[in-house]
Amino acid sequence: MTAQPTTVVRGLAPSRHVLANGLTVLSKHTPVTPAVTINASVRAGTVYDPSDCSGLAHFLSKTIDRGTTTRSADEIAEELDSRGVSLATSVTRQVLSLTCTCLAEDFERVLALVADIITHPSFPAAEVDSRRSEVITLIRQDEDNPAPVAVDGLMETLYGARHPYGRKLRGTVPVVERIDSAVLRAFHQSHVKPASVSLAMVGDIEPPRAAAAAAHAFDGWVASEAPPIDIAPPLLPIERRTRVIPMMNKAQADIAYGFITIARNDPAYYAFWLMNHIMGQYSMGGRLGDSIRERQGMAYYVYSSLDANVVPGPLMVRAGVSAANIARAVASIDAELTSLAADGPTEQELTDSKQYLVGSLPRTLETNAGIAAFLQTAEFFGLGLDYDVHVPGLLQAVTRDEVHAAARRAVDPSKATVVVAGPYDGTIS
Amino acid sequence: MPRAVEEQPGSASTVQEHVLDNGLRVLIQEVHTAPLATVWGWYRVGSKDEAPGLTGVSHWVEHMNFRGSTNIPRDKVKGIIEQYGGYWNGYTWIDQTTYTETATRDALDHMLFIESERMGSCLYDPADCEAERTIIISELQGGENDPDTLLDQELTATAFRAHTYRHPTIGWLSDLQTMTRDDLYGHYRRFYVPNNATLVIVGDIDADAALGDVVKRFGRIRSGDIGRRTQSKEPEQLGQRRVTVSKAGTTAYLKIAHHAPAGDDAEFVPLLVLDAVLTGAKGVNLWASFRTPPPQRSARLYQALVNNGLASGIGGSIVPTNEPFLYTISATATEGTALERVEEAAVVAIDRVARDGITPQELTKAKTQLRARLVFENDSITNIAHQLGYFATIGRWHDFHALRGRIEAVTLDQVSQVAASRLNPMNRTIGWFAPSAE
Repeated sequence: MTAQPTTVVRGLAPSRHVLANGLTVLSKHTPVTPAVTINASVRAGTVYDPSDCSGLAHFLSKTIDRGTTTRSADEIAEELDSRGVSLATSVTRQVLSLTCTCLAEDFERVLALVADIITHPSFPAAEVDSRRSEVITLIRQDEDNPAPVAVDGLMETLYGARHPYGRKLRGTVPVVERIDSAVLRAFHQSHVKPASVSLAMVGDIEPPRAAAAAAHAFDGWVASEAPPIDIAPPLLPIERRTRVIPMMNKAQADIAYGFITIARNDPAYYAFWLMNHIMGQYSMGGRLGDSIRERQGMAYYVYSSLDANVVPGPLMVRAGVSAANIARAVASIDAELTSLAADGPTEQELTDSKQYLVGSLPRTLETNAGIAAFLQTAEFFGLGLDYDVHVPGLLQAVTRDEVHAAARRAVDPSKATVVVAGPYDGTIS
Repeated sequence: MPRAVEEQPGSASTVQEHVLDNGLRVLIQEVHTAPLATVWGWYRVGSKDEAPGLTGVSHWVEHMNFRGSTNIPRDKVKGIIEQYGGYWNGYTWIDQTTYTETATRDALDHMLFIESERMGSCLYDPADCEAERTIIISELQGGENDPDTLLDQELTATAFRAHTYRHPTIGWLSDLQTMTRDDLYGHYRRFYVPNNATLVIVGDIDADAALGDVVKRFGRIRSGDIGRRTQSKEPEQLGQRRVTVSKAGTTAYLKIAHHAPAGDDAEFVPLLVLDAVLTGAKGVNLWASFRTPPPQRSARLYQALVNNGLASGIGGSIVPTNEPFLYTISATATEGTALERVEEAAVVAIDRVARDGITPQELTKAKTQLRARLVFENDSITNIAHQLGYFATIGRWHDFHALRGRIEAVTLDQVSQVAASRLNPMNRTIGWFAPSAE
């Protein structure tokens, strides 16, 4: 039935095996609380949306758990609620996730339910209709919120409206209005397949019990592999672009400022990770936080984030500022980035960030949910079962010159894309 | 020397309680599941302790207490905890202000050092006060971008006439524009005394050694007289109240609040059970509960509003507090649905439970949900320590461990009684966010 299990003995040392149908099973025993976190990750994120139907994967995440061929939506609700379990379904650009935590005594039954939801959703028309009105409301809420408006605006400008990274995760109202049970069923059949699922189970459960439960829950689910999709490499911006999206009913503006950077498998990834941490993460938002929040008092939040993925992902600076401070905040971001690209980090900054990132690993891996998310990331990018053991060394090996090179390569204000959404209808430079 | 007040035996570990000579209450629990330690410093001061003109001062003081002290100069604040991979934060709410660090266990003495400095010797440099003024105004305006936050603020101010729970913890804008450095420093010096604080340490530590470190770091800080607190009792409500926020927007929101019992009131846990039936069990951890949505798809209001297509989401908020606060039900109207219809359906469901109570099956399910949430929300040392300090600050820390027993003991009659007495139109405030065209 299953391939030979692989077990690594140091560090986190999770168990991993692949079922005969191709589904990957990860587990880790942590007898801290009598609970188990189940985290199923499916390669069915929004990059798989057909180009004329963006929002489909998100809609799937809202409907997949609302009825199966043998259970009604109410029966699923009752099974979950009566055990105190809340099943969270979410979608990113790459994956659809189903996660929940249950008491260990309920583990087999909850896993069987999660498996039924993944393998046999029925998309009842009435459920699809009510979830559609929820999704439309979510889209309208986003349209009235400067933060997602700025981020969506940045992604669209950076990647182009046709690129899977340039489209809105939740799609648009006219498209969502077209999605019905048949469209959802077809998308599920094309993309939710055993070989595209990775199941992580972490908690008060021994790996053999987890493995047996997983084999039983997904027994008999057979389907061909999903064809890989081809995502075109984005075109890198050659000049600075700015965009203002006025939202005059709002109290504060959001800035989203970014670049297209690298893929996760780029050899420079760890240098980029450290560069981003120094620039906009360390302590209260790195150099950007020091300047814009701590010294100038302009923003409650300012930070940067790096999403290196299977395609070159964005490096994004975010800040919330009053309309009067937009120009000064953008100029401050320009100045901090220019300085980092010109001079690189100091040795002290590099040491500080390395110490922090290495030292934070035990915290990241303290809870079942934290471990499950870590295992899924390692699995998705093929980082190995002993990735937790290797991360410290990978970070420690990065030199100051490499971080400086990463900053020079990624961060050039003259090629930045800058989007502002909020109570402002002027221009920015 | 500190005196040991009590040792509370637990199933897996124990909580040691000590009170230092200066009045500082210290709670220590060994948990050896990860090589980590957490420290929380709690103060019995929150926005309910603020007078008109000084609203938001507790939260602003919290911000200032990250900006350097006598022995931690401004430019050295960063890095003390970070070098141990640590996380730090703080929050202020109506009854409390709290600060936390979680890092590898070898950082324990550094965490205690930071918290002792925070209690005794923060600087309040005037330039830093000004920088925080604009940061906090930015925080307030960021919050006001969210219609739900705006409505909640208006609803609370309408539900309370006399009690200081009525103003938002972040403060009113005009107070934030006019408060002075001396206002901040005076508030800090008055309330940041050991006899008004609880220090909680949980993790992979030796409890006796940790207590020794606490005495070394905090023993010399002098106790102080915090004087008479602002005190007011909310008069009984004489009829249903209503508030409408009209502002440009895309989406309509409804909130229905009822005055609720305080955390130590016999009616509190029955109300917790009632909320689980109406909107799904959230648990009682303010720090953790918002991170995981409640199990709610079979809850009465989810069925009545979301499954009937009237709302895209619903929620309930009942949190243990020092004095009677609010039980608030929220709903987001689906596009094109009039708020009248959402309100009508919600009120029908609320009136029905007030009239008929809940069923035995619902009681069993609610208890199961709450029991599970208690397990889930204590999955990290940070969460365990939060709960000890939270309950110590709003009441007694033992109340945290007593919760499970109190939940199990709730009867159908108790839930019926609390439903009838609390979910009464006379005790109700209804709030609308009604979006207007731009």
